[in-house]
Amino acid sequence: MIGQLFTDIGSLWNKYGTVYLTGILNTLILAVTATLIGCIIGFFCGILQTIPYSSKDNVVKRFVLKLLRIIIRAYVEIFRGTPMILQAVFIYYGLPYFFGISFKDIWTVSIIVVSVNTGAYMAESVRGGIMSIDRGQFEGAKAIGMNHWQTMLHIVLPQTLRNIMPQIGNNYIINVKDTSVMFIIGFNDFFAVHKMVSGAVFKYFPSAFMEMAGYLFLTLVSSFLLRKFEKKLAGKPNYELVNTDQLVMTAGNYNIPTEGGAPFDEKSRE
Amino acid sequence: MSEHILEIRHLSKAFGSHAVLKDIDFTVDKGDVTSIIGASGSGKSTLLRCINLLETLTTGEILYHGQDVTKGKINASAYRAKVGMVFQNFNLFNNLTVLGNCMIGQQKVAKVPKEEAKQRAIYYLNKVGMAPYINARPDQISGGQKQRVAIARALAMEPEVLLFDEPTSALDPEMVGEVLDVMKSLASDRMTMLVVTHEMAFARDVSTHVVYMADGVIEEEGEPAKIFTNPESLRTREFLKRILNG
Ligand SMILES: Nc1ncnc2c1ncn2[C@@H]1O[C@H](COP(=O)(O)OP(=O)(O)O)[C@@H](O)[C@H]1O
Ligand SMILES: [Mg+2]
Repeated sequence: MIGQLFTDIGSLWNKYGTVYLTGILNTLILAVTATLIGCIIGFFCGILQTIPYSSKDNVVKRFVLKLLRIIIRAYVEIFRGTPMILQAVFIYYGLPYFFGISFKDIWTVSIIVVSVNTGAYMAESVRGGIMSIDRGQFEGAKAIGMNHWQTMLHIVLPQTLRNIMPQIGNNYIINVKDTSVMFIIGFNDFFAVHKMVSGAVFKYFPSAFMEMAGYLFLTLVSSFLLRKFEKKLAGKPNYELVNTDQLVMTAGNYNIPTEGGAPFDEKSRE
Repeated sequence: MSEHILEIRHLSKAFGSHAVLKDIDFTVDKGDVTSIIGASGSGKSTLLRCINLLETLTTGEILYHGQDVTKGKINASAYRAKVGMVFQNFNLFNNLTVLGNCMIGQQKVAKVPKEEAKQRAIYYLNKVGMAPYINARPDQISGGQKQRVAIARALAMEPEVLLFDEPTSALDPEMVGEVLDVMKSLASDRMTMLVVTHEMAFARDVSTHVVYMADGVIEEEGEPAKIFTNPESLRTREFLKRILNG
């Protein structure tokens, strides 16, 4: 039995090896690209949703921010709440139907669908990630004069990214597998290859076996690389003490202010 | 004639219907080390947060070199950069090293070039005895060390006034001393400071001015010698008796 399986796989590989490899490469490119774009969408939505406003702000600002939150909320609910396979056909056939735009390029549609879908999940992760950052981080930044965007960019988002890295990894692994539904609009991914080849030569199980092994290989390697990246983001586990004399020499060029700082507005001084 | 850096005028703050600060008036002059003492819940933190514009006042004004900073004409970020704040819980940036914590504000807010920001950061870290730790992250150092870095971070902005909100309250007892020592050395450098504290020895021996707050009002203020040996108000006397014997 096992011997027969390997003979079958061997013959499939000889004949269709490059087809399988192209499929796996397409899957990989789609998953990586869509996850990256999805993260960008997610961060964008997450940031917009967490812009603070208070009753003291003017009406326009409050209105715009509220509207933004509602739009993002709707986006998240729609794309989390429906199957991606349906979203694919919906967008693929819907765009020409309404706007007369039709995509000749299956790649573009596929990347759009998977990115937008991933973005909906990431928006929630990023929002949660930002909200879980301690208030003290915002206040510490405010207290040294940083504005909201500086605080987000330099303090909050780097910590958010580190905290939600496992969820980004999760989404990526899901994308590696779930991009297989894109065969519905004719995307030539790894799974589509299986349908095509096994239909042609009637070797369903050997091909399915190769598919299982192929997907598992992709996800295992990805998991491993993601772990490494997470470790890198977490920083070095220990630190080296620095020789003080040397440092003070470096700092020696620094001129100590004689008055302990000056007011920011020279005019206000007498 | 000393120069008023900060003048707090008729400051009131309410959270909803809860009046936390009522008609607070006092001034901070150059070189003053003012200790704010008082029972928990009396509004000390809220006062400091109002001064640093982390809270918006309900009424009143805060004059910085004679200019009202509460009316929106003055850039809040520029003002905050000149009025530093040290928090009870340090609030060091977790994603940055000790050095990064002391550089980021200089670079992004004060637009100091990188090399100079680094030298300045090391200069102030050295002052608080934390220069050897520049490569450590906040989660790798002790509470006392974190607070000393937080002080260096504030100093690196070269503020005119430093606000401290119970800087030693979150520390294990054996670490309180190292932070108080840093604060004492700042005081002897004539740094202008406004310190909310339960460390009565600091209030008595280091500060030039003591403000006693109770229920959102300044019950009594004056020189430490007077407040600690001969307070006018009965409430001050009872508070001190409780805290010094407790
Ligand atoms: N954000 C807030 N919302 C509502 N009430 C608050 C808030 N911050 C402080 N308070 C209230 O204000 C009072 C004074 O608090 P605080 O200034 O922290 O006192 P202290 O620092 O002297 O202990 C307390 O009764 C507290 O519950
Ligand atoms: Mg307090």
